[in-house]
Amino acid sequence: MARIVIADLGTGNLRSVSKALAFVSSDTEVSITAQADIIESADYLVLPGQGAIGTWFNQLNSDTALKTAVSRRLNDGPVLGICLGLQALYDHSEENGGTQALGILSGRVKHFSTHPQHQIAGQTNAGKTGKLKIPHMGWNQVSKCIDHPLWHGIDDNEWFYFVHSYYVESDIKNQVMGECQYGNRFTAAAGSRNIFATQFHPEKSQHAGLQMLKNFINWNGSF
Amino acid sequence: MALAKRIIPCLDVDAGRVVKGVQFVDIKDAGDPVEVARRYDSQGADEITFLDITASSDNRDILINVVEQVASEVFIPLTVGGGIRELSDIHKMLGAGADKVSINTTAVKNPEFIRQASEHFGNQCIVVAIDAKQVAHDADNPRWEIFTHGGRNATGLDALEWSKKMTQYGAGELLVTSMDRDGTRNGYDIALVRRITDNVSIPVIASGGVGTLEHLAAGVIEGGADAVLAASIFHYGEYTVEQAKQFMADRGITVRLQSS
Repeated sequence: MARIVIADLGTGNLRSVSKALAFVSSDTEVSITAQADIIESADYLVLPGQGAIGTWFNQLNSDTALKTAVSRRLNDGPVLGICLGLQALYDHSEENGGTQALGILSGRVKHFSTHPQHQIAGQTNAGKTGKLKIPHMGWNQVSKCIDHPLWHGIDDNEWFYFVHSYYVESDIKNQVMGECQYGNRFTAAAGSRNIFATQFHPEKSQHAGLQMLKNFINWNGSF
Repeated sequence: MALAKRIIPCLDVDAGRVVKGVQFVDIKDAGDPVEVARRYDSQGADEITFLDITASSDNRDILINVVEQVASEVFIPLTVGGGIRELSDIHKMLGAGADKVSINTTAVKNPEFIRQASEHFGNQCIVVAIDAKQVAHDADNPRWEIFTHGGRNATGLDALEWSKKMTQYGAGELLVTSMDRDGTRNGYDIALVRRITDNVSIPVIASGGVGTLEHLAAGVIEGGADAVLAASIFHYGEYTVEQAKQFMADRGITVRLQSS
């Protein structure tokens, strides 16, 4: 029986991720843990997270065994990052007064308000002040940039559920798997080798999200 | 490509049962929140809100159980409100599978609670529910005040000032209900909604008074709301969420329409 492990870094609604994975798989065991040995030996590792990235890294950095296990596991075997689990893969985040991140993918995490804002054509996502509402909360469309096994059976410009105030600006084009637009275009999904990560929440994105989670469980981690 | 305006059906739950008689023809138990939520999910609801209308401590555990069941088979955002008094209440709701909690009376009693909750859980899951009534109808200087306990208790707080304060304290979203319109089916209090959407930097959900699909569209177009909430028009089976979305799309509003 394949073991799916959700790393518990103390933030967010891990229960939803676990329930969605259980819903799309039959012969798998889904667990939520911060235990290093279980994380390192997971067949499928999920790195979720909502809230503050500082809290996420505090949790990771305060436990040497956990940190080592996550780093090793990121080198091999399928990994799915969600929300903070995407942002944490980059070099640096502006959040919490500047946070050094894992540096696996190339780019940075910025706050929506630091970007020049403009109204989206024909839409009223901006208030009277012309500023974008933050957080970027709700359903938005994702355009697929690279054909990846995790996009299998998912249409281009499909709707996914987002909730975040910081966004990823990628430096390397072939690490960008999908893009979304909110004020400016930003990285909605990214990956490299055995890692795929999304800014949106597949566990809250109804059919399309469940399809992605199913694809993850059917993925051997090579790309 | 743009952020869609959300349609949020709301279920009033009392002791684990949906109240305001739901009248879907083809579901077995119209009082079962799980069945009703499943139905709204299949119609394309963007989110579902559960409001615990009795909110006694006994019923809290029943509601947690409902949220757990819904979250096991409905994979869209779930918001739970009613009787959230302590950080541990939020923890339990999120643990059961809720994505956001909606807080009303506790915020009025103790605004610092919103700051603590948002620092602890992240502002993305903290919705502040604002029940407002118009107290001055002067066209040049209208005024709405915050009420608690289903509109019975006046607080003297100005709705706009309160909205700004709650935003500063870390609310991730505001659920704005007009107590004048709630249950009337005469449409949202557009002036109230507009007043708030024009002046805060976080998403606003319009609520209270929907009787037609036109009202939903007006909440977005005239009120500037980011999401529209309604209960009875969906409960009584007059309209499906799908019909509401199609109507809004026809009015030029970006909505998430199912591709299949």
